[in-house]
Amino acid sequence: MAARAAAGKVPLVEPSILPGFGLTFGFTTFFLSAIVLIPLAALVSMAASSHWDDFVHTVFSERALASYRLSFGASLVAASINLVFGFILAWTLVRYDFPGRKLIDALIDLPFALPTAVSGIALTTVFAQNGWLGHYLALGGIKVAYTWIGVTIALTLIGMPFMVRTVQPALAEVQSDLEDAAEILGASRFYVFRRIILPIVVPAMLTGFALAFARAVGEYGSVIFIAGNLPFKTEITPVLIVIHLEEYDYHGAAALGCVMLSISFLGLWAINHLQSWRRSRFAGAGR
Amino acid sequence: MAGGPSQAMLAELSSRPGRDTWLSSLLRWLLIGISLLFLAALLIAPLITVFATALSKGITAYLAAFHDPDTLSAIRLTLTTAAIVVPANTVFGLAAAWCIAKFEFRGKAFFTTLIDLPMAVSPVIAGLIYVLVFGLQGWFGGWLQDHNIAIIFALPGIIIATMFVTFPYVARELIPLMQQLGNDEEEAAITLGAGGWLTFFRVTLPKVRWGLIYGIILCNARAMGEFGAVSVVSGHIRGLTNTLPLHVEILYREYNTVGAFAVASLLTLLAVITLVIKTLVERRGYKGH
Repeated sequence: MAARAAAGKVPLVEPSILPGFGLTFGFTTFFLSAIVLIPLAALVSMAASSHWDDFVHTVFSERALASYRLSFGASLVAASINLVFGFILAWTLVRYDFPGRKLIDALIDLPFALPTAVSGIALTTVFAQNGWLGHYLALGGIKVAYTWIGVTIALTLIGMPFMVRTVQPALAEVQSDLEDAAEILGASRFYVFRRIILPIVVPAMLTGFALAFARAVGEYGSVIFIAGNLPFKTEITPVLIVIHLEEYDYHGAAALGCVMLSISFLGLWAINHLQSWRRSRFAGAGR
Repeated sequence: MAGGPSQAMLAELSSRPGRDTWLSSLLRWLLIGISLLFLAALLIAPLITVFATALSKGITAYLAAFHDPDTLSAIRLTLTTAAIVVPANTVFGLAAAWCIAKFEFRGKAFFTTLIDLPMAVSPVIAGLIYVLVFGLQGWFGGWLQDHNIAIIFALPGIIIATMFVTFPYVARELIPLMQQLGNDEEEAAITLGAGGWLTFFRVTLPKVRWGLIYGIILCNARAMGEFGAVSVVSGHIRGLTNTLPLHVEILYREYNTVGAFAVASLLTLLAVITLVIKTLVERRGYKGH
């Protein structure tokens, strides 16, 4: 609040002896508008220019609703899986030393760097009913490829680095003298974990959860191979958008695009708030 | 690395009283075991599958995939796209970082959020918006057709869609880095009479070089590997508008498994090289933002 009140008194640009504000601000604004803002405005205007009935018909059709259920449901499950395993991974990488730790740490970023089409076909092959892991799961009656479970696995892979890389620095920040003090005062290990480590790490885990979820909702490349894309069953919302486009139904595609975009912005907003909450918690705790 | 333990911290942790009980070492190996199993199923098995399937019919079949003229033209198209997109986004990232890190102006936080926007947008939507602008029934569709300019289903569309998706990569590394390093050296250089460009090339650029390289390699990996956005605007014309990731899809859908995984192994190699360079940069003391 204080910052917002002060912002009113800030001049448009604070004077500085460094040159280049006009040039760089102008260039950045131009590029930003041309590549990002104007095309995004085209999406909103295309959706707004369609008839209200058509818009509602597209956005709330049975098929669209089924696709939201899968997209958001599988993304939630995947982010929750990452909440647990991402925390365990981050904990293992920060607290323990074991052979191959550095290699594992570097591998965490692989889903960032690996093209999604590659992870898509590779996961499908591994989890298909005759695949390495798929045929063991098939023995137990679990069918992964071409079901929602496969979608969830692909989204878990995509979100994993977001969770681990957000929790890792937070865990490393836990001051060990706090833990020492608690233990000297007679706290049990579980009590230390619950009262000292978790409060510091939980905000980071929530941020990681939001990041992994946001990434998963929009994911396309790694999902389409393992999903099978059956309408009403294994069709994610981005696939439905592509289908509308292929039928030259620009208004329908734009309408669904707007729904997804609004959810993304909601996620972005939540992430920003989580991060400022984290900062204020640490500031309030004092050093 | 984002937060590896220092040797000192590990030594300190293990020296605590009560650390070497059977319970704590059981927990330790349990957690390490769970971590390794999780990564083995999700990451390592698919990684091995790529190479195992690509080589499943022998090395000759593997190499034959790269003699296919369509594969070669996909490689050319992907390299061309990256050669245009990466420098463009590097220049943009440098300009944006200079503007945001060196000056205080109203609306700066909002401006920074706008730059990060493409990160939050689904790749499919990234492709969709350009179809709505340049496609046949889009804003400029009619005009473009009258003047015989092809953007959608052609190289320009692939380039701008890739540019959108990789837009913030360099900027988001450089902005926090430049803010953290401060303006003292630049102000000294200007006060001593150096011009703006001289200051930028001789003072700022050397200061931020590792962050810049970090941003560029991540931008490049994403530019070469982008699938969703490019898939929407490309039109999948073999030999013409098919990038490497799209070519993987076509081969896979045609049940040319060896060919698909051979091309995929090339992209996997790109990802591994990216991670190696990234790790080397991090060894230099630069931590990604």
